[in-house]
Amino acid sequence: MFRPYQPKDDVQKKPYYTDRFLVVPELPKEPITEERLAADVAELEKSIGIKESYMMAGRAVVIIQPQENKAALALLRSRGFGQLMELSAIDYLAQSGEFEIFYELLSIERRQRIRVKCRIQEKESIESVSDLWRAANWQEREMYDMFGIIANNHPNLKRILMPDDWHDYPLRKTYPLEGDEFAQWYEVDKIYGKEFRDVIGPENRDPARIDRYDTKRFARLGHEVQYGAEPKEEPTPIQYQDQRRPVLNDDLDPAKSKVLDKRK
Amino acid sequence: MAQTPNRLAPFYENLAFERESNRMIINFGPQHPSAHGQLNLVLELEGEEIVRSVPNIGFLHRGMEKMAENMIYNEFLPTTDRMDYIAATSNNHAFALAVEKLIGVEAPRRAQAIRVVLLELNRMASHLFFLATHALDVGAMSMMLYPFREREYILDLMEEYCGARLTHSAIRIGGVPLDFTPEWIKMCEEFLDHMPEQIEMYDKLLKENRIWCMRLEEVGNISPELADSWALSGPMLRGSGIKWDIRKEEPYEIYDEIDFDIPVAETTDCYGRYRLHIEEMWQSIRIIRQALEIYRDTPPELMAHAPEFISAPKEQMMTQNYSLMQHFVLVTQGMRPPKGEVYVATESPKGELGFFIASDGGPYPYRVKVRAPSFYHCGILEDLLLGVQLADVVTIIGSTNIVFGEIDR
Repeated sequence: MFRPYQPKDDVQKKPYYTDRFLVVPELPKEPITEERLAADVAELEKSIGIKESYMMAGRAVVIIQPQENKAALALLRSRGFGQLMELSAIDYLAQSGEFEIFYELLSIERRQRIRVKCRIQEKESIESVSDLWRAANWQEREMYDMFGIIANNHPNLKRILMPDDWHDYPLRKTYPLEGDEFAQWYEVDKIYGKEFRDVIGPENRDPARIDRYDTKRFARLGHEVQYGAEPKEEPTPIQYQDQRRPVLNDDLDPAKSKVLDKRK
Repeated sequence: MAQTPNRLAPFYENLAFERESNRMIINFGPQHPSAHGQLNLVLELEGEEIVRSVPNIGFLHRGMEKMAENMIYNEFLPTTDRMDYIAATSNNHAFALAVEKLIGVEAPRRAQAIRVVLLELNRMASHLFFLATHALDVGAMSMMLYPFREREYILDLMEEYCGARLTHSAIRIGGVPLDFTPEWIKMCEEFLDHMPEQIEMYDKLLKENRIWCMRLEEVGNISPELADSWALSGPMLRGSGIKWDIRKEEPYEIYDEIDFDIPVAETTDCYGRYRLHIEEMWQSIRIIRQALEIYRDTPPELMAHAPEFISAPKEQMMTQNYSLMQHFVLVTQGMRPPKGEVYVATESPKGELGFFIASDGGPYPYRVKVRAPSFYHCGILEDLLLGVQLADVVTIIGSTNIVFGEIDR
């Protein structure tokens, strides 16, 4: 028997109800009027060519060709944008088969920020900018780890947050929130082997689960029993079980302890 | 060096010698008490000198960015507490501010004043924690107790305000949930009066302490170029002599009305960064006093009025049908911000904490990227530890003030 086919383009959570007549508003795209930023954009346009540029929510945004990313960023860096604050990607594979990569730049001397964006196809890779900024080293590793986007000529492109032998890229929209089969059995497979999946059983992910008759884990608060003993209904009194009365606890009587009314 | 692990001969990674070159590889962490969380630092030693350092992170990775894509905006806010758990309110605030920018809402003036007070209290708590753990790491054992005592005071204040001591969620999108009570303000002022004496005591204990100075001075120097290259921020950047504070340069809330200074350390070493944290605590006291002053003559609104995105106040909800209906929709379905992208940077105690939010107009954010300062402050250990003596590693890690909830997210 075949498993029923379920499309995996985008397994993220969806709104369960959307008004049929909803028109989604958009943040307005305004022209860049600030002089120095406009000069930067004009320079970019002249030397490498840009696709689009606008201001959105007070931030200048420049969209470039992905092949030109390093040249564009090097140009901006020479014009004062000395810090690469953030670099990551957005998964638009389900919509257009593309990743959008964004670079958030900060210029401390000019007190300005600019965002550079480009789009690449799923199988394409992008040039690493880690020799312009050391920070890009880790940022690109994280981007590779989360989306599988390869940064060419990166000195050490390997996973950073996930284990090295992880399967698939967690921040892609096709990756389910609760993890795929590999993720769910990762520890069991690795430590014991696949044949132990049945013995150990699936992980219980319900944080609120309390097994009332679990006598092994002492889960019934106030009714704890010894390991393996039958659960009982009468409460277990809270007292020191050790009859030898350790010295440090000798004087500690919860009934007699004093709580200060006011902080010293 | 090369080992081929199998089940019979597992991989022994703790210690590896290569006899020819006399180089030793040691693992620092992830269970090292001075690793400030789950940091595995693989160090290659030439004698006592470090020739290569590889920070391995990810032991605390909980996939917060993935979780954010599967939650409505208000649901994600308590999750942000778990990033920089030393100063949880600053995460709440950074996220709330980013969403507010996206939906074009500004918090009322009283909420802004409350936010500034809470943020600065959190900054002091974080700096006190830094001081205590840093001193403990370096070996000033008794020093650990004093900042923790004052931090406890701040936790009590937070508990009095919002009921939580560590994961506050004390800020909402569009404002704050609660007002200060007169008793709280009195407690807070008592704390502010109590604090200067304590900071002076820390100075007496550490400032000219010979051992402390020997351990910190000229250790872990970060040149301004390296700081720029690694996108450092906060005290780490100011510790390299670069005067940059987002509260001053891109002011948010009521920081532009408040008079405070930005301390900068020109020495670029661990000692300079330690002094910066102390100075910033003095500035925080100044800021809180002024913010409480501003708070006194503000109108009583706590949440912004934006019925499309933010629920009405409780009284209105319980008396007006449409407010209640809108609240129901906002809780069950979530707000739908306009389509677009924002990146909002705030000055958290550790540095620039920024939230990049890409919205496609739906109730779930399409992409949330957290720009955590500690991520970069941990990354710089790759470069910073080269040529350093093994004994100084703990000092340098302590002075970066990294928190792993934030690095791994």
